[in-house]
Amino acid sequence: MMSQATKEKSQYRSAFEEFAKQIAQGEPLWAARLREGAMDRFEAKGFPTTDLEDWKYTNVAPIVRAAFRPASNKAGSPAQPEMIDPSIYTEAARSRLVFVNGVYSPELSSLEALPAGVVLADFATAFTGEHADLLRESVEQNAAHDEDAFAALNTAFLRDGAFLLIPKGVSVEAPILLLFISTSADPDVLSSPRVVVVAERDSAATIIESYSASGDAVYFTNAVVDISLGDNARVTHYKVQDESLRAFHVASTRAELGRGSAYNLTTITLGAQLSRHGIEVLFEQEGAECWVDGLYMVGTGQHADTHSLIDHRKAHCTSHQNYKGILDGKSRAVFNGRVFVHRDAQQTDAMQSNKNLLLSTEARVDTKPQLEIYADDVKCAHGATVGQLEEEELFYLASRGLHANLARNLLTYGFAEEIVDKIKIGSIKAQLDEAILNRLHARLEA
Amino acid sequence: MLEIRDLHATVEGKEILRGISLTVNKGEVHAIMGPNGSGKSTLAKILAGHPAYEVTKGEVLFEGRNLLELAPDERAREGIFLAFQYPVEVPGVSNAQFMRLAYNEKRKHHEEEELDPLEFKDLLAERAKVVEMDAGLMSRSVNEGFSGGEKKRNEILQMAVLEPKLAVLDETDSGLDIDALRIVSDGVNQLRTPENAIVLVTHYQRLLNYIVPDFVHVLYKGRIVRSGGKELALELEAKGYDWIKDEVGNQQSAISA
Ligand SMILES: Nc1ncnc2c1ncn2[C@@H]1O[C@H](COP(=O)(O)OP(=O)(O)OP(=O)(O)O)[C@@H](O)[C@H]1O
Ligand SMILES: [Mg+2]
Repeated sequence: MMSQATKEKSQYRSAFEEFAKQIAQGEPLWAARLREGAMDRFEAKGFPTTDLEDWKYTNVAPIVRAAFRPASNKAGSPAQPEMIDPSIYTEAARSRLVFVNGVYSPELSSLEALPAGVVLADFATAFTGEHADLLRESVEQNAAHDEDAFAALNTAFLRDGAFLLIPKGVSVEAPILLLFISTSADPDVLSSPRVVVVAERDSAATIIESYSASGDAVYFTNAVVDISLGDNARVTHYKVQDESLRAFHVASTRAELGRGSAYNLTTITLGAQLSRHGIEVLFEQEGAECWVDGLYMVGTGQHADTHSLIDHRKAHCTSHQNYKGILDGKSRAVFNGRVFVHRDAQQTDAMQSNKNLLLSTEARVDTKPQLEIYADDVKCAHGATVGQLEEEELFYLASRGLHANLARNLLTYGFAEEIVDKIKIGSIKAQLDEAILNRLHARLEA
Repeated sequence: MLEIRDLHATVEGKEILRGISLTVNKGEVHAIMGPNGSGKSTLAKILAGHPAYEVTKGEVLFEGRNLLELAPDERAREGIFLAFQYPVEVPGVSNAQFMRLAYNEKRKHHEEEELDPLEFKDLLAERAKVVEMDAGLMSRSVNEGFSGGEKKRNEILQMAVLEPKLAVLDETDSGLDIDALRIVSDGVNQLRTPENAIVLVTHYQRLLNYIVPDFVHVLYKGRIVRSGGKELALELEAKGYDWIKDEVGNQQSAISA
């Protein structure tokens, strides 16, 4: 008798073969080979189980059990602009690539606000463009280190990706939106977004990576994002995960930092019944700095897992990490933050903090900040807390006439404020304000 | 306006208030004095509805209604205000936003139009004059990192915004420098009307030079052991509490004898 895992593998194998046939004409030979290799690796590894230390608190069995179909450009009806409108951040209305149910939509995308020289394209276009080699290099490199099955699975179904190149010395004013939207038109779809960002030296850009949904379909987003920063490049990166509450979301973000570069990541996790975000920031050169901050806010039936690695490989780099969690109802969150300081990484300055607010007695968080230091001249600090709303603060607000609910919401908002305040894009901030207060049924428009 | 009858209260099983009776009419100012630990703040917090204190006996009527059955937020909307001895810091919530929400909660309760942030800003600026509050403190988180004096001033600013019927000021004078004491006292006097009432908890006669009380009460070991006019405060300032403690001691031994 076949085991559950083997059965799943063959299910993706047949889907894979069908997928390969479907896109045979469109893709270069190297990509086809790469996907084939990735499929083999995926099958050899299998989905992770809770026996693995890294997956101890996150059980992906529901993903294994469900029968997802790879995204297909034949499926469903094309999305209407009205459908995606609410998901477009106005600041990025003319600098956006849109993917619907895992498939690139040229009609819904717009590149008007991008300065000359900046390349923003879907993979099919980029494969044949003048930077095809750069893209190929990035994708192949990623495949070489895709440790986990999810990354391999993403590569196996590689097709709808976004390629962004900021040439050296160019600063892009408008934030660049990569929108992955899921509609109920295509349930049970497996989307495999791949994002490759190359920010050459002395360039600057802001990227918004957004996952949103219209409707409450069950689907699976399995994303891989690779960002490389050249010397002195500055990249501000927002990831907003607002998938449907029944969706599954697994993503990995990897940033490689050049000399003197600055990478500023803010992740907002609101959606999905099960989500896992893996983050790796690699200091490849000296003198770089990163901020890796985030807010996860989950309620009954949600599980959100963040695993991060800040890898100090070279000297004189600074990292700041501030993650906050708000857990309501019967929800669960996992935060695992590793800061690794290699022997040569002298003068490292690393700060990490994870604070959690439990709004219900049924919520649970497992937080594990980890510092591993092999250099002797470093400044490192880390801490984690799990707490509830303070009784004295609640009484103080009540004594001024605030209803119990509003008092709770206001204190919850106060807890999140540090992260909200960091967001420099008005419409993301507004979305978050509303998410915090709506979830908690209150209004606040100051 | 306020009528406290034979109030007994405990915290964590310990009896703190042991039979307090006090009547406050509108237009009056009452000062409550007494040694440390005698139960002054406990009484103030019970009036505001702090959940840690349990009333075991007696009753409190506010405008003829049973105050004790109202939740703290309902009491506030009905017009009770407590200026805290130790104001609480609320990180991440701006002072102006907090006051606007509180103000609007009260407006809604009285079926009045709410103010939007711009309208409220004007109102706040106007009320801030009452205590000469620095505008910079409005955009900061509530009380967070405020100096001791700034926190006290912020309490009276909230009073100015909320215009309570009954304000209980718990040692609002402590922590204020000499000028600030005058400014804040002036502010409180401006807020006095024939329709509202103020209960001042204080250790110092000095405050009572500025805000002149109609009655002074001495609280000791959970009871009001003496009441009088404003001269009582002067007497306490001159003689301390020992003579009152002695009197109480004698009375108690007389009772038990
Ligand atoms: N939450 C509490 N838990 C335990 N004991 C308490 C609590 N609140 C008050 N008490 C005790 O009750 C007694 C009265 O305290 P209260 O704060 O009312 O005194 P006070 O008269 O305001 O004193 P002060 O002049 O020092 O402000 C004190 O012995 C105090 O320790
Ligand atoms: Mg006191």
